[in-house]
Amino acid sequence: MRIRSRRTTVAALVAVAALTVGGCSSSGGKAEDTADGGAAAGVADTPRMKIAMVTHAAPGDTFWDIVRSGAEAAAAKDNVDLNFQGAPEAADQVNLVQSAIDSKVDGIAVTLAKADALAPSVQAATAAGIPVVAFNGGFEEWKTAGAMGYFGQDEELAGVAAGERLSSEGAKKTLCVIQEQGHVGLEARCAGVAQGLSGGTTENLYVTGTDMPSVQQTITSKLQQDPAVDHVVTLGAPFALTAVKAVADAGSSAEVATFDTNKELMGSIQSGDVKWAIDQQPYLQGYLAVDSLWLYKTNGNTIGGGQATLTGPAFIDSTNVDRVADFAANGTR
Amino acid sequence: MSTSVSTSKVPPAVRAKDDRVATRSLLSRLLSRPEIGSLIGAVAVFVLFCVVAPTFRTAPSLATVAYSASTIGIMAVAVALLMIGGEFDLSAGVVVTTTALAASTFAYQLGLNLWVGVLAALVLALGIGAFNGWLLMRTGLPSFLITLGTFFMLQGLNLGVTKLLTGGVSSDSVADMDGFASAQAVFASTIDVGGIGIKITVLWWILFVAIATWTLLRTRVGNWIFAVGGDDKAARAVGVPVRRTKIGLFMTVGFAGWFVGMHQLFSFDSIQSGGGVGQEFIYIIAAVVGGCLLTGGYGSAVGSAIGALIFGMTSLGIVYAGWDANWFKLFLGVMLLLATIVNLVVKNQAAKR
Repeated sequence: MRIRSRRTTVAALVAVAALTVGGCSSSGGKAEDTADGGAAAGVADTPRMKIAMVTHAAPGDTFWDIVRSGAEAAAAKDNVDLNFQGAPEAADQVNLVQSAIDSKVDGIAVTLAKADALAPSVQAATAAGIPVVAFNGGFEEWKTAGAMGYFGQDEELAGVAAGERLSSEGAKKTLCVIQEQGHVGLEARCAGVAQGLSGGTTENLYVTGTDMPSVQQTITSKLQQDPAVDHVVTLGAPFALTAVKAVADAGSSAEVATFDTNKELMGSIQSGDVKWAIDQQPYLQGYLAVDSLWLYKTNGNTIGGGQATLTGPAFIDSTNVDRVADFAANGTR
Repeated sequence: MSTSVSTSKVPPAVRAKDDRVATRSLLSRLLSRPEIGSLIGAVAVFVLFCVVAPTFRTAPSLATVAYSASTIGIMAVAVALLMIGGEFDLSAGVVVTTTALAASTFAYQLGLNLWVGVLAALVLALGIGAFNGWLLMRTGLPSFLITLGTFFMLQGLNLGVTKLLTGGVSSDSVADMDGFASAQAVFASTIDVGGIGIKITVLWWILFVAIATWTLLRTRVGNWIFAVGGDDKAARAVGVPVRRTKIGLFMTVGFAGWFVGMHQLFSFDSIQSGGGVGQEFIYIIAAVVGGCLLTGGYGSAVGSAIGALIFGMTSLGIVYAGWDANWFKLFLGVMLLLATIVNLVVKNQAAKR
């Protein structure tokens, strides 16, 4: 028995080795040379400072990875020691901010997606003499929470912009696909879409974002149930790509558009499978949040001058996708 | 089963016909099958959505439902076998993502034919299963703890390795690489049957359920699985290779995870490294609704298929019915509870006969 199984193992290894040698792909695969990502500038000669970035990011989200790239680019340029943390649960995010205060960092950048829970932490940091900026989430609440600046988009406003664009394209019935039930920011986007859409109706569809086949199946079944749907709007780039497949599966002629981007999405906009994406420039959010704290510490500046700095909504469509695609390939757009 | 009091009164000649080997009626035999409760539940759910959702009745919709059931069902049948063997696997959801990431990353980074990546991922998936099984047998810890550890380890590896190699948190697209078309044909193609697109996973699912059913009911290995799930000490005493059987069951789950992972890779080109979390419960639910006991030693492969079908019909039926999406999870929970209760009641009725 033992001998036979060893022989099987050897045979399997030989087979894999043979395939490895003979199985090279003539197309695709990793490119030989990759260009440097991000804005590479010189390094500031200001004293090294510590900045904590505390987000509500779930691990493994393509969007937050781009935010982090931007923050790291600014940190490298500003001679900043950046500590990036993410926790989807508000209570965990509060603890992360508190631990940043305890370790006496020089500045804190925080997302206020759950503003009520985070506001006391922002005030505690300010009381301890640590400047705080808000980004990405908390457009309504950042001032009352006590942050000194805000970098991001107003989700509802972005939704309205999407809705208005859909109207101009003659959308009659739009499906708004939400990948995480009960997420306030995502609900606000779809509410905005409904608000901006004149002369058409919109309906929300909830899918399980962690299970792509079920995302595809759910969108397919919705399109089968309601052939009147002529536009599908997703709230994240990976879901747009899946929605394209669902539209094909259902034999529907609905157009797909989305919020947020990643590098795979660029190809789909170039090929016309996805009409457009609303870009809130996550790289810029991360970059500005860190850079603003550095400017405040070294020169007393406040970016935005006490007002929110909007990073979106900007549209990426066939007219400007080629320019953005190169940056997206580096993971910075 | 009749009581011993009544049998003691009858003459010896009649008593010789042992109650234990007496032929039971077809109905009674049918009702004692593990999957019968879920079958009734499935029919009820099917009829319900046929009535409330006109679109549900059409062939393309049923094809979508079958597809939905198949992606759960392929995993559920392996999970059901494992549960019959007395164990369960919390890493089953994440292993799907791990295999898909491994296949694409391996082939992409080294510029190899995708089939090499596919085979490497299979070796990895079987290895993870073997690791789970080996550690379980070695330590004697509950499978809950062992596989919970594997679950977190794989989740961390998925994120960490992907970020390290690709610079992002999703794998690079492999759609333009050699072997993609043939692999897509095997794992993620759509077959046209009279104008209706049937996903190939549905056919694979049926095949896997058939193989599992045959193994359970007609082979020695099947007896071993029931034996180790019922009482592994007694099984070992009568010469059942408990260790090999359990490790083999974990490897079967690894194999199914690999298969579903390949389906995801070749239908979506690139894989999000955070995916798959939470899916393990869906597989376990499908197996339990299909008649598997949480304590092991009882259940069937066909039952897991019916459980997956109930899940697919319910999750998509709600969409076809156009019900308010805010209530989606509640409807789902009620459906699943009802199916399980019907299952229980029928099983108790069958036991009384």
